[in-house]
Amino acid sequence: MPAFDQTLPETLPAPLARWFDAQGWSPHRHQMQMLQAERNALLIAPTGGGKTLAGFLATLSAACRGEMGAGLHTLYVSPLKALTHDIGRNLARPVADLGLTCRIEDRTGDTPATQRARQRVDPPHVLLTTPESLALMLSYPEAPKIFGSLVRVVIDEIHALAESKRGDQLMLCLSRLRSLAPNMQVAGLSATVENPAALAQFMGGAEIVVADAGPQPDIAMLPTSAAPPWSGAGGAYAARDVMRAVADARLTLVFINTRAQAELFFQALWAVNDENLPIGLHHGSLSRDARRRVEAAMAEGALRAVVATGSLDMGLDWGDVDLVIQIGAPKNIKRLVQRIGRANHRFDTPSRARIVPANRFEVLECIAALQAVEAGELDGDGRAPVGGLDVLCQHILLLACGAPLDADALFAEVTRAGPYMGLSRTDFDACMDFAATGGYALRAYDRWQRLVLRDGLWHLRDPRAARAIRMNIGTIVAPELLTVRRGPRGGAPLGEIEESFAAALSPGDTFLIGGQTVRYDRLRVMIVEVTPQPTREPKIAVFNGLKMATSTELSARVLGLIGDRAAWAALPDHISDWLALQARVSRLPQPGTLTSECFQRGGRWYFALYSFAGRNANQTLGLLLTHRMERDALAPLGFVATDYACLIWGLEPVRDPAPLLDPEGLRAGLQDWLAENAMMKRNFRSVATVAGLIQRNLPGARKSGKQATFSSDILYDTLRKFDPDHVLLQITRAESMRGLADFGRIEEMLRTRAQLVHSMAPHVTPFAAPLMLEAGRIPIKGAASARLLEDEAARMMAEAGLTLEGIVAKTPV
Amino acid sequence: MKTCSFRFHDQDFIARPSGALFWPERGALIVADLHLGKSGRMARHGGALLPPFETRATLERLAAELHDTGAASLICLGDSFDDDAAIMELGAEREMLEQICQHHDTLWITGNHDPAPYGLPGKVADQQQIAGLHLRHIAETGPDISGHYHPKLRLAGQRLPAFLIGDAHLILPAFGAYTGGLDHDAPALAALVPRGRAIVAGRDVHMVPLPLPRIIASRAGRWSAKR
Repeated sequence: MPAFDQTLPETLPAPLARWFDAQGWSPHRHQMQMLQAERNALLIAPTGGGKTLAGFLATLSAACRGEMGAGLHTLYVSPLKALTHDIGRNLARPVADLGLTCRIEDRTGDTPATQRARQRVDPPHVLLTTPESLALMLSYPEAPKIFGSLVRVVIDEIHALAESKRGDQLMLCLSRLRSLAPNMQVAGLSATVENPAALAQFMGGAEIVVADAGPQPDIAMLPTSAAPPWSGAGGAYAARDVMRAVADARLTLVFINTRAQAELFFQALWAVNDENLPIGLHHGSLSRDARRRVEAAMAEGALRAVVATGSLDMGLDWGDVDLVIQIGAPKNIKRLVQRIGRANHRFDTPSRARIVPANRFEVLECIAALQAVEAGELDGDGRAPVGGLDVLCQHILLLACGAPLDADALFAEVTRAGPYMGLSRTDFDACMDFAATGGYALRAYDRWQRLVLRDGLWHLRDPRAARAIRMNIGTIVAPELLTVRRGPRGGAPLGEIEESFAAALSPGDTFLIGGQTVRYDRLRVMIVEVTPQPTREPKIAVFNGLKMATSTELSARVLGLIGDRAAWAALPDHISDWLALQARVSRLPQPGTLTSECFQRGGRWYFALYSFAGRNANQTLGLLLTHRMERDALAPLGFVATDYACLIWGLEPVRDPAPLLDPEGLRAGLQDWLAENAMMKRNFRSVATVAGLIQRNLPGARKSGKQATFSSDILYDTLRKFDPDHVLLQITRAESMRGLADFGRIEEMLRTRAQLVHSMAPHVTPFAAPLMLEAGRIPIKGAASARLLEDEAARMMAEAGLTLEGIVAKTPV
Repeated sequence: MKTCSFRFHDQDFIARPSGALFWPERGALIVADLHLGKSGRMARHGGALLPPFETRATLERLAAELHDTGAASLICLGDSFDDDAAIMELGAEREMLEQICQHHDTLWITGNHDPAPYGLPGKVADQQQIAGLHLRHIAETGPDISGHYHPKLRLAGQRLPAFLIGDAHLILPAFGAYTGGLDHDAPALAALVPRGRAIVAGRDVHMVPLPLPRIIASRAGRWSAKR
């Protein structure tokens, strides 16, 4: 580790200072600042900055001074189980070398029950754990004893935790720990983020230590021999250029946005690998073994390049990487910066990164992202103003398992947690009521409340409930996965896809999995049956959850770039020519105005809306606008959504977009659409599971995910019919508006770009042409699932040589 | 609405999307496993506090089925109540249920959850023979019509309640709102109806042969109902 401070400050105890010396290390300035911090502190340091050691210096110093008494001294929380193991190993070294009295243990879901039980009675000095295991420990009556002696909490990768409900849960737990050990100090460790102050606020307030960011990264577009295609996301056109860059570097990481694209690009790269360089593939759909093999090969220096998705994004040490190539627009400036940090995992050498836009729109996005990096501007992540209320419901129940609760004291404690500082008493009471009675309009359970008020404290009525509550800790609700198999007779498994993706497929659709293109034949039981179709281009990529949408900041920069002719000088000629042509044929989108156009081609009318609102919002816009167009007899046939625009085709022209884009109407349409939407039901399932209405795990039996999906739909329908204002429906609605539908960005678009500019173009426009080539078109269809059922049943009867011997009669309803 | 007619031991029946069975010749609507009061029982035992509306939802559906079919009598094949205490806790729904029983000739077959639904109009029996068919809660020696297992069948990616029609047994899906189910090919059900037909209920009805052709065996034997 290179030295920035040549003299060791006196605050490091002598034995520890000698140990540093013996390793040939000297602490970084930010590590010493973390040691000297007198209050809670948040360290912002790029990858390779020795973050974890910075977090633990205070603990090691205390151990050197012989301050480890009986009981827990330091609690380390990390989002990844694997990290707790690594940290345990790394800490054990100085502790053993210096002969310190300091017992270090980890505690995760993998820890044996006997050890966990012992830890409750006799906790170690340093406990390494995950947010879920911490929540579980806080639910035990012994919690005050275990944590009363706590001096220090270290939260690793806090920037990653802050992006999900796990972070909300952890901050609630932290607030409880502060009540149990009022003098404890918290150290948050974060990668580079756009807004350190917001993250410090998330921690409940902390002094910010920013590590030296090191030299400016060397980042640019990768020169390619061919111009990028008009549409697509694969980047295959640049395979040869990327291969050349790989050959010139020691070890290259090639990042690409989705797993399917990683598969495709790996193939494209392999096809031009004339020198037979060893290259590997790493993404989340590959088996654990396959991923481990690639990681091991990298660590040994046996690979020259790895094509990877976000599966490599966190926590691992890639010391020898000297080049990062990002294929496709990064969608998010912050993510780009964090990925660049992978290269030259050393503090003093600049990271080298190259970007390869996958299509022409992405050229604009890449240039905008580069300008943002140069300006040192990162994007926000649109965190919810208040933490998840479903998480709060779970937290209340968990605490009630440990000891009776005082509602006022709990409200005060909860609102000390960063994400819940803005929590209203009304919302808190609604969660309390949900935990106690279920929170239903019909007060049916008065006698059987889960929590009962006695002497001003809320008690768990039935102690048997504690076990089920503890078994259902956690805020990660994994999607259901279906196995993909070749052929109808139980052929080889090819991999797994999400149930929601499978449900959206129609027979004949092709998609890519495990490195090959397959045709979807049918869904049977929990198996997706496919036939390999090597010759066909996959129409639909394997879809993993929502695709990341281009961030608001980046979209605004792209729009700004298009609208500012003076800035076109920074663009390649083929891009500025394209923009100029668009300006001649139709209109160029401008900041402050909402541009749309309409033209006719092949008997269809096309309506393109340049929203720049991101993929998810455009998807929602497509659904809402086609619905309204149907109402207005404009006969829409389908639409496609990208990060920049939404293109709708139909039988009638849109001459005036104003009535379609009326905000009130869109909002009302969204409510209707959301209520019936399958994604809303999935969101409800997640909210109901986190809040404890649906129990994934029951003492004695594990409910399979499939069955939980089924029963949550019935619960959703029942609630919607009989108690539409129930707190869980309110939470579901709010989350769907924000996440799934991204309606916030639609609202923002309508607000900030109120002036509509519409043109009737004479033919296909330069901007619309790439949209027409875009994959993932969504046809407007109604009773698709009913038709699938009908077809499948008839096919089975026919296959069995049976007819519907009875009469399938139509009777009046 | 689509319904599906079929014959079982020389009697004509109509399977309805709701999971109810109509017997036109007898003017009888047959339902199984209403499990009224399930959310209450779970609450009593310290379980999750489910939305307490399922009894009302189930009774509303039952009343609609009786109205639509014009049935004169109602036969409930057991587990009508989630347990004995559930009858006591009926509350406002008791009136709805009494209305139904007063307007229809009601036969309560007792089940394993509710040995005796006392205090409600109608006749109570542990089984009953009509037209050579035994009506009981759990299938025994056929030919019989029964419930108990809450059969389900996976079709086109959905897991739906199903009627199972074999040589000796006609098994009804659960009619109650919060009822999980057992896959049709779980050992217990496959032993009773190894071959025959199934009628999948839900939004519509669809008849499929049993065993399902070229089926890849599902992981069988899972109850989703809390018992």
